Amino acid sequence: MRVVVDLNRCQAYAQCCYAAPERFVLRGDEMLVYDPAPPEAERAAIDRAVLACPVRAIRVEPAAAEGTA
Amino acid sequence: MRDGTIVVAGASLAGLRGAEALRAGGFSGRLVLVGDEPHLPYDRPPLSKHVLTGEIAPERTTLPGVGTLAAEWRLGTPAVGLDRAGRVLLLAGGERLPFDRLLIATGARARPWPEPAAAALAGVHTLRSRDDAAALAAALAARPERVLILGAGFLGCEAASSIRALGLPVTVVDPAPSPLAGALGQVIGGFVAGRMEGAGIDLRTGTEVTRLEGEDGRVRRARLADGGTIPADLVVVALGAVRNTDWLAGSGLDADEGGLSCDRACRALDEAGRPDDAIFAAGDVARFPHPLDGDRPVALEHWGNAVAQAAHAARAMLAGPEAAGPYAEVPAFWSNQFGLTIKSLGLTEGADAVAIVQGDPRSARFLAAYGREGRTVAAVSINAGRWLPAYEGAIREGAPFPPITGGADQPRPKPVPPGLPAPQPA
Ligand SMILES: Cc1cc2nc3c(=O)[nH]c(=O)nc-3n(C[C@H](O)[C@H](O)[C@H](O)COP(=O)(O)OP(=O)(O)OC[C@H]3O[C@@H](n4cnc5c(N)ncnc54)[C@H](O)[C@@H]3O)c2cc1C
Ligand code: SF4
Repeated sequence: MRVVVDLNRCQAYAQCCYAAPERFVLRGDEMLVYDPAPPEAERAAIDRAVLACPVRAIRVEPAAAEGTA
Repeated sequence: MRDGTIVVAGASLAGLRGAEALRAGGFSGRLVLVGDEPHLPYDRPPLSKHVLTGEIAPERTTLPGVGTLAAEWRLGTPAVGLDRAGRVLLLAGGERLPFDRLLIATGARARPWPEPAAAALAGVHTLRSRDDAAALAAALAARPERVLILGAGFLGCEAASSIRALGLPVTVVDPAPSPLAGALGQVIGGFVAGRMEGAGIDLRTGTEVTRLEGEDGRVRRARLADGGTIPADLVVVALGAVRNTDWLAGSGLDADEGGLSCDRACRALDEAGRPDDAIFAAGDVARFPHPLDGDRPVALEHWGNAVAQAAHAARAMLAGPEAAGPYAEVPAFWSNQFGLTIKSLGLTEGADAVAIVQGDPRSARFLAAYGREGRTVAAVSINAGRWLPAYEGAIREGAPFPPITGGADQPRPKPVPPGLPAPQPA
């Protein structure tokens, strides 16, 4: 999968970190570090993170779509 | 416009987001993305951050959206010329791509070290592309004895932070009195300088590297304007960016290394200042009149601008410039370095005052507002991003400075000169 977070919009609410702790980590006061290419097997957790983000900063493209380009 | 052919020159953030916005806006014709890099569009911000620290592999940064975009790709193929009268984009290798509309999103490249022989020494790096980051990360893995970073702008400071985190000795040199002086001024820059030194960076401000010297084709040391010498076996040249407009030479468009001029609807301007209705620009390459700065032309290097301006250009292409209205997004960017998240809204350029309006630098959590002639023009948060959106309205309206917001916990902000470079005469 491919993931990008709009870090202008992100307000370090850490909801994504609870939803998918393997792939989103909050470091220091408000620095979000995330995996831009998480494994497809974690799709459900990543989708939960997308939905949990209160400012809708996370964008995902599932692996199924990656193949076409 | 619903069909026909739209060509996008530059296949990175602005090109991809512009192309997506065209499809989302109902364009069902032929869409071609031309990129000189061999890679699908990828995200650059991680390159100076977690890619350098080795936490993210460079090839993992491909942007979401490339897979679902119904488009033809010409990757590894630079655009080399533009026939405006014939509406044809010329590609390396001889292909001629006719278009009804063209989006120019060729961005910028790293400004190289000015002396070509020294710039070509092994161990001298710039950082703009995924390949640059991969090469630099590989060089760092060989544990150089000292890394020298030329330039303490955002890129230089982020690289310094990431490389220092690897435990390597790092020297940063910049002729300005503090890091980030050009973007944030010396007051906030001075705060960042303290964090850099606290992290063990050897920070040399107010002096300049005049020569890079090598032995056997490898960089060995730098000579300073003040006579000193810095031994270094790895150098990162972070001296700013040059807009990729060379390929437009002879096209009659108003373009130079500072950008391609365009109007508020993102239409490219010719040398007489007339908009070309078929050619648009967005992202780092675009120089456009900013309503927040009295319509002075600005060229931004912000991720958020590439996304928003490309979407605006797409609207103007499909629905016409009047329907799209003027592009007036408040400039916004973020940076991560030395444990700080720095976020900015507005344009600090030309500000004559700065005031800490919330929080306290001693707690490394504060918000500074910038004023110009009594009006609020920008706000910068340090580890306090949640306070920032409250200032957007004040910036948009040019509210009296210092701005009053419900959240302000500094009853009497004390404005001081921000220590920004003197404004350039227009
Ligand atoms: C290391 C790094 C870290 C950054 N960090 C941040 C950050 O933390 N926050 C932030 O807000 N911004 C950040 N930025 C800035 C942000 O990445 C840019 O603003 C953004 O990439 C601009 O997108 P763009 O598509 O306009 O231009 P670019 O990303 O420069 O893309 C232009 C593309 O066009 C290609 N091209 C050039 N000439 C031609 C040609 N003749 N034919 C075909 N293709 C061509 C280029 O090779 C490139 O692929 C960072 C930039 C870098 C380099
Ligand atoms: S949930 Fe959203 S706002 Fe919160 S840290 Fe994650 S991306 Fe940022």
